[in-house]
Amino acid sequence: MRCSVKRPLPGNAPPALRDPAWRGRVFWALAGLALLWPMLVLTEFKPWLLLEPDALKPALRFLSDFVPPRLDGDFLAMVARETWRTVAIATAGLALALLLAVPMALLSARVLSISALTGRMALLPAVVRQLVRWLLIVLRSVPELIWALVFVRVVGLGPTAGVLAIALTFSGMLGKVYAEILDSGETHATTSLLRNGSGRLQAFLYALLPQNAAELTSYTVYRWECAIRSSAVLGFVGAGGLGQQMDASMKMFNGSEVATMLLVFMALVWLADRISAWLRRGLA
Amino acid sequence: MKIALENCSGRHPAARANAPAALRGLSLQLASGEQVAVIGPSGAGKTTLLHLLACALKPSSGVLQLDGRNPWNLSRSELQRLRGELFLAPQVPPLPPRQRVVTTVLAGRLPHESLWASVRSLFYPTDIALAEQALARFDLSDKLFERVDRLSGGERQRVGLARALLALSVAGPPQGAKAPSGGSAAHKVASVGASLLLVDEPLSALDPTRAQQAVLSLTRAAHERAATLVATLHHVEMALQHFPRIIGLRDGELAFDLPAAQVTPERLQQLYAQHLDELNGAPPTAPHDAPVAAAPVAMNCR
Repeated sequence: MRCSVKRPLPGNAPPALRDPAWRGRVFWALAGLALLWPMLVLTEFKPWLLLEPDALKPALRFLSDFVPPRLDGDFLAMVARETWRTVAIATAGLALALLLAVPMALLSARVLSISALTGRMALLPAVVRQLVRWLLIVLRSVPELIWALVFVRVVGLGPTAGVLAIALTFSGMLGKVYAEILDSGETHATTSLLRNGSGRLQAFLYALLPQNAAELTSYTVYRWECAIRSSAVLGFVGAGGLGQQMDASMKMFNGSEVATMLLVFMALVWLADRISAWLRRGLA
Repeated sequence: MKIALENCSGRHPAARANAPAALRGLSLQLASGEQVAVIGPSGAGKTTLLHLLACALKPSSGVLQLDGRNPWNLSRSELQRLRGELFLAPQVPPLPPRQRVVTTVLAGRLPHESLWASVRSLFYPTDIALAEQALARFDLSDKLFERVDRLSGGERQRVGLARALLALSVAGPPQGAKAPSGGSAAHKVASVGASLLLVDEPLSALDPTRAQQAVLSLTRAAHERAATLVATLHHVEMALQHFPRIIGLRDGELAFDLPAAQVTPERLQQLYAQHLDELNGAPPTAPHDAPVAAAPVAMNCR
């Protein structure tokens, strides 16, 4: 074996026993830490403050109010009514979001492009896809809280503002992630149909959708869960539902009421989790 | 469909720029209704040839003519309509795992169906009998309502072939007089099925009896509909037995193009030199020997 050549041919070279990727890894790990440090400084990250007695005492007092949760009939009836309203806000918001998100996801999914079947996508469809992607970015980059503040001024206090806010922000998120789910899955079935002359919507219905149905569903249910949490936050700016009641109880320092409502939220999230698991099993 | 290839070369889009093209300088004429088997060792360019003919790959040089038209001079919508007249059945059957067999077979008709009709067929399959007939030719009618992922590899391959038969089948008179009120759907419904059938390794997962049956069903269906049939085959014997014309490819070039009777054992020895194990019927191992571009990393914020 000749090893004296400066750059041995790949075929005859003795196997290198040093991992050539090692230096790069160390460098990037250190670079990551070096970048993290100024951010910790910037965010005044001082976790030990949590344990100082004069900070700890009021916090513990607030938390101790949480037990026992308030469970009398009148209050529970009100909570049930508001819970139902919260679920309604989340569901209606998500349904409206779907109306916007599905067409935009179909427009921006690369796998449904006919011109991209053979090389590069043609100019016009590429521009349309890019524009739709930008629209999705605009929709989801404005937090739903801001949309809610806008809509509270337009349609007044109440659930409508919450529904519209959730619809706009979530359409941006759903559209983007739907398009990514469609593009990242197995595309053989879809491209085969397109290659054989099917239309784009036909290829979507007969190949792409059955291929990705489980993932799309579980993501949608997860977003529904997010919409429920989100509607709680929106309640704080007057967009109705359980969040608005929680805001009122917080302002009155009524910990036991807050505790009951938090328990309801946990139950709702648990429910969403179960529904998602059940749907995925059904579609598996 | 009549086919003419003039000095065509084809390279995979994912291949390195300095790699030789998978198919080089190929000239071929196929008459309408002809049945041709393409044989040759793996890597000879058989699949690339099918992709060229299916307008799935643009020739890097040379001219392809289908019925006297160059598909790559057509507008995109015309090209897509032309693609509806040809059917490419890839070696790995392109069937979504969660779909039912009946739906997946009926999908072969999609290019000749309006969007409305295909949506309705998802809710209740519109032509169950037609799907059943196609499956029966491959001995699969009992799997009509089974899910694709519950089938074995060989069964899936035959379902893929049944879909090809559906693509060939002439669409009957519109089912039910209640046509959609929107007039736009009417012009999309073509009355004829595909007239060129391109089948890539239809027998790779089948045992000899099934393979025999599958080839017979394919050739017979193509004959009935006067469709041109081009099949790549690893089973040389099967090719010689069932196809009147044999095209041998080797290293991306035409080795011979002869009537089956003139394909002598010596020619086969030459064609498969250094690949003799394949000549003796070793099944193809790697379905995709072409380089595959790395998939972009998905960026899912979930």
